[in-house]
Amino acid sequence: MNSRIPISSFCIIAVVTAAALSFTNNDDNRSWAQIKATSASDRIASENAFLQVYKVFMSPRCMNCHPAGDVPLNGDDNHLHPQGVKRGEDGKGLYALKCANCHQTQNTPGLNMPPGAEDWHLPAANMKLVFQGKSPHELAMQMKDPKTNGGKSPHDLIEHMKTGLVKWGWKPGEGRTTPPLSYTEFYNKFKEWIDKGAVVPPAGAK
Amino acid sequence: MIKLTVNDQPYTVDVEPTMPLLWVIRDVLHLTGTKYGCGMAQCGACTVHLNGEAVRSCVTPVKRAENQKVTTIEGLSTDFSHPLQQAWQEEDVPQCGYCQSGQLMSAAVLLRENPNPTDQDIDDAMSGNICRCGTYPRIRKAIHRAAAMQKTGGAQ
Repeated sequence: MNSRIPISSFCIIAVVTAAALSFTNNDDNRSWAQIKATSASDRIASENAFLQVYKVFMSPRCMNCHPAGDVPLNGDDNHLHPQGVKRGEDGKGLYALKCANCHQTQNTPGLNMPPGAEDWHLPAANMKLVFQGKSPHELAMQMKDPKTNGGKSPHDLIEHMKTGLVKWGWKPGEGRTTPPLSYTEFYNKFKEWIDKGAVVPPAGAK
Repeated sequence: MIKLTVNDQPYTVDVEPTMPLLWVIRDVLHLTGTKYGCGMAQCGACTVHLNGEAVRSCVTPVKRAENQKVTTIEGLSTDFSHPLQQAWQEEDVPQCGYCQSGQLMSAAVLLRENPNPTDQDIDDAMSGNICRCGTYPRIRKAIHRAAAMQKTGGAQ
C-alpha cells in the first residue's frame, strides 16, 4: 500500500508541516515590544481580558504563592503559613522547612491536609513576582516586563499558565475554593490579553 | 513490592504504594524511634530524612521513597556519636521525649546546610517541630553546642 502513495503527497505534507512549525516559531518568538493593540476594539478586549484574569490572580489559590512578604499564605483569608515557613533563596523553603518536605506531587487526601503538585514552590527571592496588594495596572505592568516577570517572554508566560502548579488552582483539594473563572476561561482570557495587545489597564481600573 | 533503603539497609516491603512512609517505618520495619504526632504534617514528630531532606513521613507515600535512601533517628549515627546526639545529652534536652527524634532529624539538616547557625537560622529551621513540653530553649542551646562540636572536629 505504502508504495502507491505518490511522492508528491509527502512533499505537500512536508511543506504544510514546515509552514505550521514556522508559524508556531514566529508566534513563540514574539517579544513584549512586538505586542501592541492594532485597533480600538482589540485594546478594549485586551484590557477587559486582563481585568477578568486579574480576579483569578487575586484569588487565594494564586495569590497565596505570590505573597508580598517572604512567607507563603494559606487559606481564603490569606493568613501566613504556620510553622514559620519561609521562601528561601530559591523559593523552595529553608533547611528542615522546605516546601516538598510536606507538599507531595499531588494533594494529600483529606480536609486540611497539605495540598500538592509537581514543583511546589514560591517565586525565588531575587524575583518575587508579587501579586498581593497589586492593582490591575501594577500587575499587568509587572507581568509584561521581563525585568519584573522572571525574564519571561509572552510565550513563556502563556506556557507557565499550562503548568501543573497553575492548574492545581482548579483542583486544590478538599476544603479549598477555586478561582472565579474556569481554567479554560482563565487560559483563554489570559491568551486574549496578550494576543490582542497586552494592554495595561489604567491606574485606578478595577 | 517496594524497595527502599533505610539506614543503609536494603528492604523490600509488600505494602500499598500510598501507605504513609511512617507506617512502613514503624509497623513494617519496626523502627519505632520515629513518632506519630498529628498525621497531617503539622507537628514534625514523624520527621525522617529522604535523600537527606527532612520530610514528614506521615504524609509521604512510601512510593515516593521507592529506590531512595531513608534515614531515621536510629540511623543518625550507629553509636550515638552524632554531635547533635551528644549535645542533646549534655544539655539534657528532652522532657517527655516524644517529639525529640523529629527535632533531631530537623536539626541535622540545619547543621548540614548551615554549620554555624544563628538563633534566627535555628528558628527558620526548627519552628515546624512542636514540643508540648516547651524544651525550645534547650533545643536551641544544644544546636549551638553541636555546631561548636562540629567546628572542633566532632563530638568529643
